Amino acid sequence: MAAYLARRLIESLLILLGVSFITFFLLYVLPADPVRQIAGRSATPETVQIIREQLGLDQPFIVQYGRYLGGLVQGDLGRSYLQKTEVAELVWSRLPATLLLMVAAIFCELLIGVTLGVVAALSRGRPLDHVVMVGSFVAVSAPQFVVSLLLLYVFAVKLGWFPIGGYGTFAHLVLPALTLGLLGSGWYSRMMRSSMIDVLRQDFVRTARAKGLTRGRVILRHALPNAILPIIAMIGIDIGVFMGGIVVVESVFGWPGIGQLAWQAIQRVDIPIIMGVTLVSATTIVLGNLLADIICPMIDPRIKLR
Amino acid sequence: MTASARSMTGADTAPVLSVENLTVSVRTEDGLQPLVSGLTFVVGKGETLAIAGESGSGKSITSLAIMGLLPPPAVGVTGGSVRLGGTDLTTLSEAAMRRIRGDRIAMIFQEPMTSLNPVLTIGMQLAEAIRAHEPVSRGEAHKRALAALRQVLLSEPERRMIQYPHELSGGMRQRVMIAMALALRPEVLIADEPTTALDVTVQREVLDLLRDLQRDLGTAIILITHDMGVVAEMADRVIVMRAGQMVEEGGVGDIFARPQMPYTQALLAAVPRMGSTAARVAPKSDPIARLSDVQVRYDIHGGILGRVTARVHAVEHVSFDIHKGETFALVGESGCGKSTIAKAMVGLVPHEGRIEIAGQAVQGLAGAAQKALTRRVQIVFQDPMAALDPRMTVGNLVAEPLVIHGIGGAKERAADLMARVGLTAEQMDRYPHEFSGGQRQRICIARALALQPELIIADEAVSALDVSVQAQVLVLLKALKEEFGVAILFISHDMAVVDSISDRVGVMYLGQLVERGTRAQVFGNPLHPYTQRLIAAVPVPDPAHVRPEARRLGGEVPSPVHPVGQGPQRVVLRDAGDGHWVANALPG
Repeated sequence: MAAYLARRLIESLLILLGVSFITFFLLYVLPADPVRQIAGRSATPETVQIIREQLGLDQPFIVQYGRYLGGLVQGDLGRSYLQKTEVAELVWSRLPATLLLMVAAIFCELLIGVTLGVVAALSRGRPLDHVVMVGSFVAVSAPQFVVSLLLLYVFAVKLGWFPIGGYGTFAHLVLPALTLGLLGSGWYSRMMRSSMIDVLRQDFVRTARAKGLTRGRVILRHALPNAILPIIAMIGIDIGVFMGGIVVVESVFGWPGIGQLAWQAIQRVDIPIIMGVTLVSATTIVLGNLLADIICPMIDPRIKLR
Repeated sequence: MTASARSMTGADTAPVLSVENLTVSVRTEDGLQPLVSGLTFVVGKGETLAIAGESGSGKSITSLAIMGLLPPPAVGVTGGSVRLGGTDLTTLSEAAMRRIRGDRIAMIFQEPMTSLNPVLTIGMQLAEAIRAHEPVSRGEAHKRALAALRQVLLSEPERRMIQYPHELSGGMRQRVMIAMALALRPEVLIADEPTTALDVTVQREVLDLLRDLQRDLGTAIILITHDMGVVAEMADRVIVMRAGQMVEEGGVGDIFARPQMPYTQALLAAVPRMGSTAARVAPKSDPIARLSDVQVRYDIHGGILGRVTARVHAVEHVSFDIHKGETFALVGESGCGKSTIAKAMVGLVPHEGRIEIAGQAVQGLAGAAQKALTRRVQIVFQDPMAALDPRMTVGNLVAEPLVIHGIGGAKERAADLMARVGLTAEQMDRYPHEFSGGQRQRICIARALALQPELIIADEAVSALDVSVQAQVLVLLKALKEEFGVAILFISHDMAVVDSISDRVGVMYLGQLVERGTRAQVFGNPLHPYTQRLIAAVPVPDPAHVRPEARRLGGEVPSPVHPVGQGPQRVVLRDAGDGHWVANALPG
């Protein structure tokens, strides 16, 4: 186990190195010029040149990247071009909000997706199954900005059950988490349905029934733990999808997380913040995958980590 | 199981379970189609009733109907009754039926590998079965589960309780299934092909166990099987089924000695029996394949750097020749390395040592030379459905090797081959799923013959087939061997089949050959204790056969996994005369 973790962590570092290189390179070749953003439209070419030299942006790519990497290994993510604050500080202060939203969204997605998937599998071929499958298709197809606005309109504006936006209480959390979770729950209900149908056909389910167990016990104790395995493995990958959705959802609901930070930074070409948010997101994804891989053998003893 | 013990049980005791005029149907677009119709039988206390038949005969459907486990909504009981004591089970609600399942009627299934839940411990699965029917505490259920494991003579029962199914061998799992079924002392035990998936020596242990437990507990057993050998050894009475109907019913002695119906006679005639084929003198000819000191090992990686920490010694120092036009059989139980040898011979796994096909080494071939080798050696696999691409027509499947090797006239040649294996040219436009299992295996054989190979490797090629179909395919293989002069490497776990087809035999155990000789030498005068054990374990399809009270060997086959630098003890074959070679010891 220790050896496995050590190897996975080394792998994770290599992945992060790759992510940093690719992102840095893409931002380098980007036609948008951060210096223009800082200096403003009326700045003279001399001022622009001075700022460029101050930020080291006149150096060749490899020197710039080397410098960034040098800072990174010391835990220095650099300074924001515009806000003049440490990027680490900015990201760090907003990360808890995003992580909270993500955990809540995964919870929503699992709860809705797994429940509907099991219900559909058990009523396979009957009207309820068709309703769930059409619903999941809608959930998968609907863009998140549409879903978020729809939920806002119905539950915040019309019904007034939840606040329109902001951060702080449980009520604030519900709509953004639901928006993010709905998309995933569409996928999960379909996956769960087919996985459950598969497991219900297995010999050991027949054995469980032959023992005279109740239907509830056969489904919850025998079928579900086996059927849910592929879903757990999916969550790790899903965190990456979430990161994309979080930028949209945080903007719509005014959720003060790193998605919002990233959105603002992209508009202003604030390269250190973009880099910082990307690396933190990548770390979350990598750790999320690692976590999913560690959880799987706890459910299925046949899986050995090595 | 003596004659006097048999006469005490049987129809003279009051029936525990009586099935009357049972009809099970499936709902299709054309209305109700019967799967089982008008089946009537009774089982008495302590009696074993065998329901024998080939696939599709409705024997498994019957067992599911008794248990109330028919797959809804399409399949259901549409007539007749199943009476347990005074109750008609077919009229019970699901809740009432649930209380009977596992408590008064229990069932064990064919596949011990998949019949236990992989994510729950053995102890949990056993205790759960007890608590489903009796209001006992967890601790009490655990105690009784442990007692049930002891009863089926499982080694280290305390440790088994906290183990998961994948940590147990097939035989151990089937013991767990039996413990689970018998823990609540059911009146009826339905055993659906309980030993079909097991190795022959393990089958012997499980059959012995079932018989001992039945004697102690007085359980009525309904034994569902296709294996007439198992029927002869276990049953008091026999029902022969075909296409959903009873063909014949009678005492086991009568069924085997005086079968009345033509189908029963044909079924019994098709059963391969050891020692029934006359000895043939193997033709002396040049070897087509020559294996010397062949080893196959798989690396197991571990640690941070993924270094090799151990190796699976799948094949160890195996040497033998296959001569032109002969059938050489490799026998042994699962995991002994016989299929690995087949893969190594066609270059599918890397090996050490030397494998020569027609004088050319297999190792290190690439490109054209590799392709040329495949023309000489073809394989027929166990599962014909998995070996045929479901999206290709049968004609294209048979012609494909010819197309790959750029041989002209593929269509005509394919039609010839189809005819040669007993199919028609008109069937070439159909797809594999439109054929029966036996026909599919014929298609695989036709495909293997397409390139006119010098050697065909038949890897458990008849193991998945019904006995009557198996007999036909074996006849076909023999005829093709004579006609085309092709050599056959026949890999099988079934001693009786090997005895009926082979010229020479090699017996494998744990990756090594322990005995090698002509069929007459190995079967007529087995010298190695493992060979003797294998032959003794085979169920004999003759109820009058008295089995010598052999020592009951427990224990598991040792693991072929060894740390790097270590290996199994190597056995040395010594010449027992006239080409009969025997190992000096058991590898391990």
